[in-house]
Amino acid sequence: MKIVVAIKQVPERDAQVHLDAAGKWIEESGLEYALNEPDAYALEEALQLKEKHGGEVIVLSAGPERVASTLREALAKGADRAIHIECDDLGSRDALGVARLLAAALKSENPDLVLTGLQSEDLGQGQTGVIVAELLGLPHATLILEIEKIETGLRVKRELEEGWFQTVELPTPAVLTIQSGGAKLRYATLMGIKRAKTKEVRRVMAADLAVEATPVAVLERIMFPQKQKSTQILPGSPKEAAAALVEKLRFEVRVL
Amino acid sequence: MSGIYVVIEDREGRIGRISWEALAASQQLAAQTELPVTAVLVGAETAELAAEVSLRSLAKVVRVEHPLLAVYTADGFTLVLEQFLAAEKPDYVLFPHTYQVRDYAPALATRLGQVLIGDVTAIEEGPVFTRQLMQGRLHGAYRHPGSGPCFVSIQAGAFRPAAETSVAAAEVAVFSPTLEPSQIRTRPGERFRGSAQTVDLGSAQLIVSVGRGIKDAENIPLVQELATALGAELAASRPICDSGWLPLERQVGSSGQTVSPKLYLAVGISGAIQHLVGMKGSECVVAINKDPGAPIFEAADYGIVGDLFEVVPALTAAVKAAKQ
Repeated sequence: MKIVVAIKQVPERDAQVHLDAAGKWIEESGLEYALNEPDAYALEEALQLKEKHGGEVIVLSAGPERVASTLREALAKGADRAIHIECDDLGSRDALGVARLLAAALKSENPDLVLTGLQSEDLGQGQTGVIVAELLGLPHATLILEIEKIETGLRVKRELEEGWFQTVELPTPAVLTIQSGGAKLRYATLMGIKRAKTKEVRRVMAADLAVEATPVAVLERIMFPQKQKSTQILPGSPKEAAAALVEKLRFEVRVL
Repeated sequence: MSGIYVVIEDREGRIGRISWEALAASQQLAAQTELPVTAVLVGAETAELAAEVSLRSLAKVVRVEHPLLAVYTADGFTLVLEQFLAAEKPDYVLFPHTYQVRDYAPALATRLGQVLIGDVTAIEEGPVFTRQLMQGRLHGAYRHPGSGPCFVSIQAGAFRPAAETSVAAAEVAVFSPTLEPSQIRTRPGERFRGSAQTVDLGSAQLIVSVGRGIKDAENIPLVQELATALGAELAASRPICDSGWLPLERQVGSSGQTVSPKLYLAVGISGAIQHLVGMKGSECVVAINKDPGAPIFEAADYGIVGDLFEVVPALTAAVKAAKQ
């Protein structure tokens, strides 16, 4: 099975964020970046499918120079090769614009399966996989926790709301968006890191893909949320704060 | 006819609260833009639901019906709504931000050359649509400057549900799309529950819930001790259950249980929306987190900003002392 996994590099989860001067995005200088966690689960599913059925796992990502480190990380975990769509204006493209880049870059690969995380941890739009499927004319299923190969294609376990699930069968080639938690994530081994250095990373310039970049939906500005609830912060040392909280729980919340 | 179209979703024959909230968002947008609101139902047999929806101050209700829509498929819903919307040429199309909408609305928008502005929490004059970024740490303001329908999905809990009104029922029309079995490429199976639920967090009065801040499975007992001291149930955010540190049945959030205890004590939980929707009905929320910017503090009545590895043992000791 030939599998392409579309991954995204996002700011480190605990990073302190500041607005940039224009108030249109966060200040990127000094930020640490990491592999988007849902995409790590997509990569894990792909690697497990390859271990079971053979084939090839190709990781694909769009973004500036720094994205190369995240692609190397995926190669170290076991992906066979990588495609880096070099793109410095990712933030000004909307979900359709980014999906157009990814779809254009993976078309010539003719994969049996395209996987991606259900959403990114920065923009959180959760649309890329579905739009890529639509652009490539492929069937899709979202929020997938398990993938099984069957005669007619794939049988997948899809998460619904409130603890419900559903099994869906679909033919290949197909696109799946992966929910986190379906598999246990692996770490890169020392050997994996060493071997990643010699694996192929093909660079494609975004401009050469000649896709529409003008956004339909424009992110005009970003801001810190306004507080909706007045939170009473209990100050002091851990011991003092704990004592103050116990007072509240006893006399105001009345649960002690 | 132009205007605002809102797609109402039913589950097992009932209209969920989130659809009434999306309808309320449509009516707010209607007040800002002076456009009429049309509600749209998609399914095999929607007459009863349409009658219910028609009482909510609408210009019109449309039943988009076909026998092949009895069971949801992304292909089926995308194809019929594409036909319907291409004919109607709406200005705005609103949806409740459900898992189902997330599954097909981005494809539908793409077919019409549009992009869904998803998971919207507020609609300001303009209109400008607000949605969360960076797991709720930031808000983004989006505009749709181009032509063609603007697709928007509405986050659960962001708008007060539309009330039934005494106005006359809106006209109900039927739209019959063409749809062939061969056009539906996926075969959905029956819905099923995960593992047997032996923990009913929904009826718990006191809940201590733990998130990523706990760092390691080995540290879970620290929080368990606090829960025991309080006589509370132990719960967790998704990443804790994903990692297998606590069983899935203790997960609170959009994919887990919805809880409304008297006390919800969140330890090391940042408060992503997927978690907040599961616990915002709690009477009192207490958050312990080292990051003062964590969105959980938005939802908390009381907060302690500090290292949970220091605060939690101190709190456990204080609770034990208070109970003696």
